[in-house]
Amino acid sequence: MDIVVLIKFVPDLVEDLEIDASTGLLDRSFLRLMPNELDEHALEQAVILKERHGGRVTVLALDTGDVDEALFTAVAKGADRVIKITGDGFDQGLGSRRIATILRRALSDVRFDLILTGTQAVDDLDGFVGAFLAADLGLPYVGYVTQVAAADGRVVVRKEYPGGLNAEIEVSGPAVLGIQAAERAPRYVVTSKVMEAMKSAKIEEFAVDEVSVENEFAISSMALPESGTHAEMIEGTVPQIAQRLAALLKERGILA
Amino acid sequence: MCGEVCVVVEVLRGEVKDITYIMLAAGRQLAAGLKTKLTALLIGRDVQKLVAQLGAADRIVCVEHADLEEFNPDAYLQVLIAVFEQHAPRLVMFGHTATGTDLACGVAHRLRWPVATACWTFSLGNGTVQCSSLTCGGKLIANGPLPEPSCVVTVMPGGYKAKDGQVHKTPAVETVSAPGLDQVRTRFKQYLEPPAGDVDITKQRILVSVGRGIQNKDNLALAEKLAAALGGVVSGSRPVIDQAWLPTTRLVGKSGKQVKPKLYVAIGISGAPEHLEGVAEAELMLAINTDPKAPIFDVAQYGATCNALELMPLLTENLKR
Amino acid sequence: MSLSTAVVLLGLVASVGLFGYRCWQRMQHLRLGRTAGPFGRWSKRIQGVLVFVGGQTRLLRVPGTGIAHLFIFWGFVLLLPTILQAIIEGLFPDFVLPFFAMFGPLLLVQDIVALAVTVAVLYGLYVRAAVRPERYKGSHQFEGNLVLCFIFTIMATLLCHTGIRQNLGEAHVAAAWQPVAAVVGLPLRGLSPETQEAVSEICWWVHLGVVLVFLTLLPLGKHFHVVTSIVNVLLRNLQPPGRLMPARRDEGAEGAERIEQFSWRQMLDWYSCSECGRCQDVCPAYNSGAPLSPKLLIMGLRAHLFERGQALRASPEDGRSASREATLNKRLVGDVLSEESVWACTTCNACDRECPLFVEHVQPIVDLRRGLLLQQRGDKTLATALESLRRYGNSLGKSDKQRAKWTTGLDFKIKDVRKQPVQTLWFVGDYASYSPALTQVAQATARVFQTAGLDFGLLFDAERNAGNDVRRVGEEGLFELLAQKNIAALQKCQFERIVTTDPHTYNTLKNEYVLTNGHEQPLSAKTPVLHYTELVDELTRDGRLKVLRKLDGAVTYHDPCYLGRYNGIYEAPRRVLRAVGCRVIEMPRNRDRALCCGAGGGRIWMDEGKVKERPAESRVREAAALGVGCMVVACPKDLSMYRDAVKTAGLEGRIVVRDLIELVDEATRANAGSDATAVAKTEAMASSLSAG
Repeated sequence: MDIVVLIKFVPDLVEDLEIDASTGLLDRSFLRLMPNELDEHALEQAVILKERHGGRVTVLALDTGDVDEALFTAVAKGADRVIKITGDGFDQGLGSRRIATILRRALSDVRFDLILTGTQAVDDLDGFVGAFLAADLGLPYVGYVTQVAAADGRVVVRKEYPGGLNAEIEVSGPAVLGIQAAERAPRYVVTSKVMEAMKSAKIEEFAVDEVSVENEFAISSMALPESGTHAEMIEGTVPQIAQRLAALLKERGILA
Repeated sequence: MCGEVCVVVEVLRGEVKDITYIMLAAGRQLAAGLKTKLTALLIGRDVQKLVAQLGAADRIVCVEHADLEEFNPDAYLQVLIAVFEQHAPRLVMFGHTATGTDLACGVAHRLRWPVATACWTFSLGNGTVQCSSLTCGGKLIANGPLPEPSCVVTVMPGGYKAKDGQVHKTPAVETVSAPGLDQVRTRFKQYLEPPAGDVDITKQRILVSVGRGIQNKDNLALAEKLAAALGGVVSGSRPVIDQAWLPTTRLVGKSGKQVKPKLYVAIGISGAPEHLEGVAEAELMLAINTDPKAPIFDVAQYGATCNALELMPLLTENLKR
Repeated sequence: MSLSTAVVLLGLVASVGLFGYRCWQRMQHLRLGRTAGPFGRWSKRIQGVLVFVGGQTRLLRVPGTGIAHLFIFWGFVLLLPTILQAIIEGLFPDFVLPFFAMFGPLLLVQDIVALAVTVAVLYGLYVRAAVRPERYKGSHQFEGNLVLCFIFTIMATLLCHTGIRQNLGEAHVAAAWQPVAAVVGLPLRGLSPETQEAVSEICWWVHLGVVLVFLTLLPLGKHFHVVTSIVNVLLRNLQPPGRLMPARRDEGAEGAERIEQFSWRQMLDWYSCSECGRCQDVCPAYNSGAPLSPKLLIMGLRAHLFERGQALRASPEDGRSASREATLNKRLVGDVLSEESVWACTTCNACDRECPLFVEHVQPIVDLRRGLLLQQRGDKTLATALESLRRYGNSLGKSDKQRAKWTTGLDFKIKDVRKQPVQTLWFVGDYASYSPALTQVAQATARVFQTAGLDFGLLFDAERNAGNDVRRVGEEGLFELLAQKNIAALQKCQFERIVTTDPHTYNTLKNEYVLTNGHEQPLSAKTPVLHYTELVDELTRDGRLKVLRKLDGAVTYHDPCYLGRYNGIYEAPRRVLRAVGCRVIEMPRNRDRALCCGAGGGRIWMDEGKVKERPAESRVREAAALGVGCMVVACPKDLSMYRDAVKTAGLEGRIVVRDLIELVDEATRANAGSDATAVAKTEAMASSLSAG
């Protein structure tokens, strides 16, 4: 079973985020990027399927700068082919639609039965790469997938709904799956194996020229949420506090 | 439906989900501001009986077919495309959920419309619509205009109150026949019920967590009722697990599990670092602790220093109303 | 040749032959192992044999059985001539060993020694039968009892035979030289000479028989240590205990996934294990109820080496090929040893320290862990910590840019070593830098250094986890990566020495960091590495740090594993405590017997698992039982673990846990009067100290 895994590099939220005064958008100059967590799950799921059914795993990522280590780590985990897609302006944070268009080009000569990617990324604002790519390629898309079982050319996925409910959905033909969680937590590969991969494996490069995308949703401004260092203390009698808290929770849409 | 605000209704196992009402609440405001109508698009099988709950909309467009009984991504997508190819709304609203996010981009791609996701609130001005989304783990707010003539959005809960979308009125219903569904490449097989055994707290959206302040095992029941009312489960900090009031599977903290719930209610927990390590990424934390200097208050967004044992039953009641 | 001579000859040949064969089998298995050595430093090694084997030094730490074994050991050495006499007599009836069988004073010594051995053996049997120490659990107790009985028999028959010889006037020396034998022979005087002769003959045969049978049994079990112990101690590891052997990538596998991936020297260790269980007794994991016993680990490795060695050497045409297959398919970790037991180790080194035969337990466990991580086996929390270490250089998932955030709480600026030279580079460590509860410790340290007028600085964001526990968890490649990054940062700076807060950092910087610019040179050879307790000791002794107010009261001090047991720093912290006015009351388990808090060896990054009593709780109870109000530690992990343990053990209000530097800060800071918090703390400190 040949699987393609798409990895998006997103801002590492361990750092503080700042707004660039001149653009009014996220200041990307000192941003550290890391692979989107759910894409790591997608890779893990792909390797699990490879271990179970054989085949090849191909990883694609846009070159947002400094992606090599993550790609070599993917090789150490079991990826057979890693492709870095290069082009102008990739470090500026592209929208999902644009990324999907770019990926489609890079996939033109890659054979696959399934494309796995994280169901969403932390910085997605204009849709999801997996869903767009599926639409572009004319393939079915199922997201929030937590299990993938393959038998006789058919794939049955487990889709996660709130409250612990799951649904089994059968998918035929090549498809794109948005992974919410792999069957197992993404494996840890020891550093020496990653070093080995750096010496023995090769990252393929695929250059992409100008890509035009119509109907992109564009962000006009960004802001940091107001932050306080101390909890807002709610005063009053116990019944009053209970009322206020209940109202607060409803306001926050927690109970949706 | 042309130029209207259209909410794609979310139904799960015959129940209209709260996100639909939230979208209807937002949709009513937008429709009013744009001086257009609010339509609810209801897809399924035998769903006409739900129409009475969708009174916030001006009219319902209903598409029914046996194959649409349970959510089936490819089938629903084909239905939506068929419907929207006939009528292009100004805005198409999906819930930012397991069902909505399967469909939004497919619709946007096929119909060549822009899509804005994870929208929290919308605003109107000079006939333009803006959306505001929380992104990057809640660390950043992004704003952008929703272009004309048509735009797709996915909506997160929180910006609007579900009750504002619940109107008791039966709107006009228009039935549309489903397109041919023989080329559908996904098929719903079955539901898998959640296991009755112990819960995996890392997968819970809502946790009511108890610490030593709960004083004894019998008071745990208060926390469990509160958790049930919130739709979550009970977890605990170290002293509680050590006393075996809760199994180790419920431990939150350095030696326990790392949880990332939407809501974390910390009852009688002081906020020792070993515990906080386990819940560093809670989106919203409420803390109840009689000690106003408890470190938990440096991390929680809201807090109170009242007696938790008195508060819990009252809060549970309030939530049920 | 008479019949009896023939029998003796046959017995001798059979016994020696079987003994030799069994030894040879085991040596063949050693050849499966990887290379070891070179050894060198022979004079030190020989000295070790004299002290540790001759003097039985480590055994004497458990006095009762230690003394018993001393007698048994020296007994055998001194009585060897009598055994030789017996054997040669059997072949050449009138032979008398020159000198050894004739020299009165020697015979007197042997006579008394035989009594001592008998008493020792009876004591040993008593301990096994009545006292039943915990440390024997899991050992081959039947074998232990059997051998004690053998030795008793050998002594009894010797004394009896000699006693009768005296009765019959056939002794080689006057009875006065062999008083014990005389006493043994006394009750037999009443028998007729023929009867006595017969009894004597029987004694002799039994004596010889037991010796020959014992010889054949030696290689089979724990008594093989009789053969290997001297070599084992001779070839003991002379490296500092805090220096692990690097992973052997050139030989293929990084760790030990199969038994033959250990070195022959490690295998020799396992053959030398006498199953005494002293390691098990001091193991914090074992005593907390975790499934790890260092003794059972070694015994398991030894048994598996034998079965796998046999299976590998057997030819496929042998019958029983199914069982051979099954043996060869056994997973070292999984079937022979449990994964849980391999991960349960805190690498505290108590086992290695206690072992009378210098068997190493920590190194094989690290080798096994290296193999496990390579196979991606290890718990999820550990994987998260390792990912964080690899990405951010700390295990707490925090940005490297936040490392020095704790300095903002100080009212003075600390020098940046990256930008200016300093005399003392302060390597703070992850926990003291990032953990909010430990910020006070880092700040107190900075104040003390500042008060002493020390010229010090930090690496700020360039500091990474030093890698001590990363290495002990088995992620050798990550250890190397972290060390590389730290060394690269250090090499860009100018400083004369390094001081660390965390003993784990101290251990690895001092013992394991190697500079490789041109030729390999240990970092500590170029720049001295100190723990802060050593530095503060120095500063208080030469007067640079003045104690302005004495903290009156009794405290107890816990020796951190990586400061005390691993690196021998016991007195410096105690001197500092006395210098600030505290009276130090020792816990029963102190210095190299200190009980590990349980956080080392990466345990702090793993799921706790089932415990019946956490080592940290046991330790704080031990401290509280002294009646002191304060337990002083000198390691950030100890501080976290023990503070937590005080709560979970329900000892809040009875004892507080403080870091040594906090006490020093309170005793030396200039403006304690103007800082209300500090005064409140000092008062609380004084009252808690005086509770003792």
